Amino acid sequence: MKLTRKQFLLTAAATLAGVTGTKLVTSVQAAPDVSAKPDSPRWAMAIDFQKCRWDEGCNQCVHACKQAHNIPDVPEKAHEVKWIWKQPYQDVFPQQSQWVDPALTSHPLMLLCNHCSNPPCTKVCPTGATWKRADGIVMMDWHRCIGCRYCMAACPYDSRSFDFADPRPDIANINPEFPTRTKGVVEKCNFCEERLARGLCPACVEGCREHAMIFGDLNDPASEIRSALHTRYAMQRSPELGTGPSVFYLL
Amino acid sequence: MRERIFIAIGLLLFLALFTTPVWWAAASRTRAAGPQIQLPQHATACVAPAAYMRASHMQLLSNWRNDAVRRGVHQFHTADGRIYDVSLSRTCLGQCHSKTEFCDRCHAYSGVSAPSCWQCHNDPQLTARSIR
Repeated sequence: MKLTRKQFLLTAAATLAGVTGTKLVTSVQAAPDVSAKPDSPRWAMAIDFQKCRWDEGCNQCVHACKQAHNIPDVPEKAHEVKWIWKQPYQDVFPQQSQWVDPALTSHPLMLLCNHCSNPPCTKVCPTGATWKRADGIVMMDWHRCIGCRYCMAACPYDSRSFDFADPRPDIANINPEFPTRTKGVVEKCNFCEERLARGLCPACVEGCREHAMIFGDLNDPASEIRSALHTRYAMQRSPELGTGPSVFYLL
Repeated sequence: MRERIFIAIGLLLFLALFTTPVWWAAASRTRAAGPQIQLPQHATACVAPAAYMRASHMQLLSNWRNDAVRRGVHQFHTADGRIYDVSLSRTCLGQCHSKTEFCDRCHAYSGVSAPSCWQCHNDPQLTARSIR
């Protein structure tokens, strides 16, 4: 059979159209289903303004965290190491403190690492010592931290602390199951990833007698945190920065 | 030429004396004292064969570190199917070994400068007695 020039061009064009069409159809079909539940959880926390008893001197959550993670009580304020701590309302929500009910603004708030969905701290780390895990936890590898403190400069929430000295002398009771840190590394809340790995909830959540802290999986529509965020008004710290905090404050 | 014999005898005598420790030990069938380590009392098998652990425990611990911290893998399966938690303090020190009587003794014997593990990781026996 002899092909004319016209027949050859027609066959080539038809083949090309066929292949492209098939590719197009399959790629549209394979597009991710947004409504499907992702494989990995996304851990988050909601802190209830109304249940938290910080103003009455309760510090169960801080105590539980300190005990679980060997956090030193550094006498010098400038060298303080904090994973979970309290601060006045005006410091936490400076944009939302004018004309607000004083009953609300007079209340100090619990702060911890926000485990941002778009964390600025991980992007500046030169050694890969901090990174975001698939489950949303902003993790640290203290073996790799060289103490450059770029992450501390990058974090807009002051969630990271530096060990200016060996923390061991300042730890009242060492929990042998969790490492202490050493001089010259940065540390912060790890959302109790070591407890989550064993199926336990974070130490602060367990320590809170008022049940003011709700911890759960944002990807699970049936989780307690999802229903809390659904039914209550929740605030995030400085959402305008686009960091996407995973810690919410329930009004 | 006559000095040659004396030189040869002198050399042989020197060699014999110089190698005394070697052949003396061989003749009396003694060996150099090893480190005085305390082996675990209840456990019979380690997470890997003893010869491997002796030579490469640092590599295994490094793998464990990367597993637990970076890969989120918290269980270790031994070749014969046993399962352990990936943890220096909870598994190695918590279940079997004593840091002071096992790790430190051998490190001191072989002249290894103290590994930096202990700057952060705790010895459960010491922290229980709250000695730091």
